[in-house]
Amino acid sequence: MIAHAFFFYFFSLIAIISAIMVIVSRNTVHAVFFLILDFISIACLFIMIGAEFLGMMMLIVYVGAVAVLFLFVVMLMNVTEQKLSWFRGSKKSGHIPTGLVIGSVILLELVVIVGGWKYRDTFSETKFLSFDENFTNTHLIGNVMYTEYIHLFQISGIILLLSMVGAIVLTYRKREGVKKQSYFKQVAREREDSVELVDVEFEKGIKIDD
Amino acid sequence: MIEIGLGHYLTLGAIIFSLGTLGIFLNRKNVIVILMSIELILLAVNINLVSFSIYLQDITGQIFTMLILTVAAAEAAIGLAIIVSYYRNKGSIRVEEIDEMKG
Repeated sequence: MIAHAFFFYFFSLIAIISAIMVIVSRNTVHAVFFLILDFISIACLFIMIGAEFLGMMMLIVYVGAVAVLFLFVVMLMNVTEQKLSWFRGSKKSGHIPTGLVIGSVILLELVVIVGGWKYRDTFSETKFLSFDENFTNTHLIGNVMYTEYIHLFQISGIILLLSMVGAIVLTYRKREGVKKQSYFKQVAREREDSVELVDVEFEKGIKIDD
Repeated sequence: MIEIGLGHYLTLGAIIFSLGTLGIFLNRKNVIVILMSIELILLAVNINLVSFSIYLQDITGQIFTMLILTVAAAEAAIGLAIIVSYYRNKGSIRVEEIDEMKG
């Protein structure tokens, strides 16, 4: 039990500190690194409380794909040079006090709702879906993922396809002055389009205009 | 303190959620940090769902967490694509310079 508490505080402390560093660090690349650290520590927490499959999925999807995507974009653009300090922009902004107030009120509300939930009256002792101890976490997820939630699963696949198509459409551009091979033009070309037979007069030659 | 219950995990989720919203409000640098704050918010939601799923012994929360994971990945891809095309057109993604719509 003490070990559990120790690991919980360890990972959650790292997670909170790195979340703070994500929003205050001046260099965007450092912010992405701290985001990766945050994801990893939360994945460790998931593994610790028994959701192993989700922890591994977090590692693969977030750290392996999303964070690397962020890094790519940050490094492709020249935004790491913009070393503006945290609160100061070049223009005066009135958003900062309002944002601080709203953020702290949100935190207060969320903490209060935890307390209110803890000291509630007992509504009902319900039994939910089977959470059999004999099966592993992955087995349990697989049992319901492809049977009860098959439609949600397929819809999420469609969402991924849509996002892929959308990202390609948004970033695609035609460049001028690049020579490319066009298969359709090549195949559709006829002999009459390109070859012309001319009777050349003797000792006069022919002028080729191109 | 020593006994780690559901409340601890929910508090962790609440703190990370608030940090995400604060990151959106306080940001003066570039849009990418705002996208990262949105990822933090989704992460906090995931923490809540997983801890309730473990506490209530119900696997449904973990299924929903996977769906949120999918949507978060799609959202990150689309958002970054929008940012890339904006940067290509304008040459800057500073938050205070994005004011075409006068909002």
